[in-house]
Amino acid sequence: MADKIKKGTFVRVRRVILEAGQRDGRIPDETRIVPFVMWGKGFLQRDADLGEEVTVLTRTGRFESGVLEEACPQYELDYGKFVPELLRVGDDARAMLLKDGLS
Amino acid sequence: MSGDMSYNAVMSRKNEIIKAAAGLDFEKFESGGIAFDYEGIMESTGYGLDEVRAVQSEVSVGGTPVIELRNLTALARKCAPSGKGARIFIKDEAANPSGSFKDRRAAMAVYQAKKAGYPGVIAATSGNYGAAVASQAAIRGIKCIVVQETYDSRMTGQPEIIEKARKCEAYGAEVLQTTVGPELFYLSLRLLEETGYFSASLYSPFGIIGVETLGYELAEQMLRRTGRHPDVVVCTNAGGGNLTGTARGLRKAGCYASVVAASVNLAGLHMASDTAFNKKSFTTGHTGFGIPFATNPDRSDVPRSGARPLRYLDRYVIVSQGDVFCMTELLANLEGLERGPAGNTSLAAAFSLAQEMDAGQIIVAQETEYTGAGKHVQPQMSFARRNGVEIRFGDPKDEVPGKNIILPENPALLKARDIETDSLRVSFIRHAVENFGAMPGDEDIKFLAAETSLSAERAEEIAGDVLASRDGG
Repeated sequence: MADKIKKGTFVRVRRVILEAGQRDGRIPDETRIVPFVMWGKGFLQRDADLGEEVTVLTRTGRFESGVLEEACPQYELDYGKFVPELLRVGDDARAMLLKDGLS
Repeated sequence: MSGDMSYNAVMSRKNEIIKAAAGLDFEKFESGGIAFDYEGIMESTGYGLDEVRAVQSEVSVGGTPVIELRNLTALARKCAPSGKGARIFIKDEAANPSGSFKDRRAAMAVYQAKKAGYPGVIAATSGNYGAAVASQAAIRGIKCIVVQETYDSRMTGQPEIIEKARKCEAYGAEVLQTTVGPELFYLSLRLLEETGYFSASLYSPFGIIGVETLGYELAEQMLRRTGRHPDVVVCTNAGGGNLTGTARGLRKAGCYASVVAASVNLAGLHMASDTAFNKKSFTTGHTGFGIPFATNPDRSDVPRSGARPLRYLDRYVIVSQGDVFCMTELLANLEGLERGPAGNTSLAAAFSLAQEMDAGQIIVAQETEYTGAGKHVQPQMSFARRNGVEIRFGDPKDEVPGKNIILPENPALLKARDIETDSLRVSFIRHAVENFGAMPGDEDIKFLAAETSLSAERAEEIAGDVLASRDGG
């Protein structure tokens, strides 16, 4: 059993804002059948386990509630798996220009 | 505070919430018919061009360089008939504090919010505008909440939106991220009501006047640099504010360059679809916003949008996702400038349009934007491939958004394609007349003509046709 996440930790919470049945009537079917969900971040207000309903103090000083999802939430960002086709774009253009030298 | 936070209850309080948060009384500019006093609303902001420049200069916004793209011009000339191939320039808006022209909009919204005594600002946007508002709020010392549509229902997020959230948080803003859906508006209304913050809407007149400096500077810089005004200015078009503000600024500088709107073609992808959300590689600058906002601008989170592109555009072209990714790579490889990708939409179009123009003419793509992990041609194409979108070389005109991304087999295949602007103008009048439900009076016809840049006779004829087909059907 992992230790509880400590009060004061910066965390991400998830909250359902509208259940599937409460959503705007004009949206496509594939969107209407899933809930409208919000994620927010803030400082945890009590020791808690992942999956528990908690309250956080956000960066603007508001309280938000939701299910505790992640401590010190990661920015899942990178440059992805290399797309080699892009190399050809630059190479071909350079070759076209080099025929008479770059301007 | 009103107690009932249900969807219907909050949406029914929409007008009063917006009125309190917009900082402008729109009602006094209404005629009761279709017409409203657009210039009156713009003037009621109280900021002329000089004041806007002063406010922006205080926070290091604007004054971005204009760069001549000599190698791209040379490449365009290789693809063009002899004697054709205008000189291509860009305005390097990435040089603004948060990395895009959106700082110009945000500077005015945040300045106004602070001046009017609001404790903070709220912006609902997945684009660069969020970072711009967060950056300006940091400078002015007021609070900022950014609400963005980020994930599909499996919590898979668009890499470029996740990057923009990171950037907002870096400036000290609170970011709330949601799944796909127009109910983002409902969430924003709840937050505006709860916090009493200023609504830094993208479509607020305060934002649009902020973009006028872009057009004005561009005209001045080109005159200084080349001895004359440019022949064509291309603006990436989504909500219409970029084009509207730029064109107004050009005119204020006495520059009557032809103004071209450019959007990425996302035809066939529904913007509110949970399953289509991650099939697209552009989250802004695309036709999914560009066309509905051009033909029906008052659909946003302000009663009257300051962005009215059909008043100003001379031509509207689309490019494909593959075209813009190709241009992003060309800009880095030939000009040593890593920017975009979405901000290179206007440049992709300019590269193609330059080939129709004489070699002595000048075309300017009026923006660039910052790039970085997530928001970059590599991760966005890699994400597309991971989501089952095919990437190949060929003719980009065969691209099917959501199914494939086609990189031009050679640069000559990178082509801007015209959208019939007349049909957009007709569609604008149809929306207006259908909403109104009766034959417009003289004032309304004059207004519709101004809104669509058509003659009053033509506007009246279209309005009559709309009503006849409604009554006939």
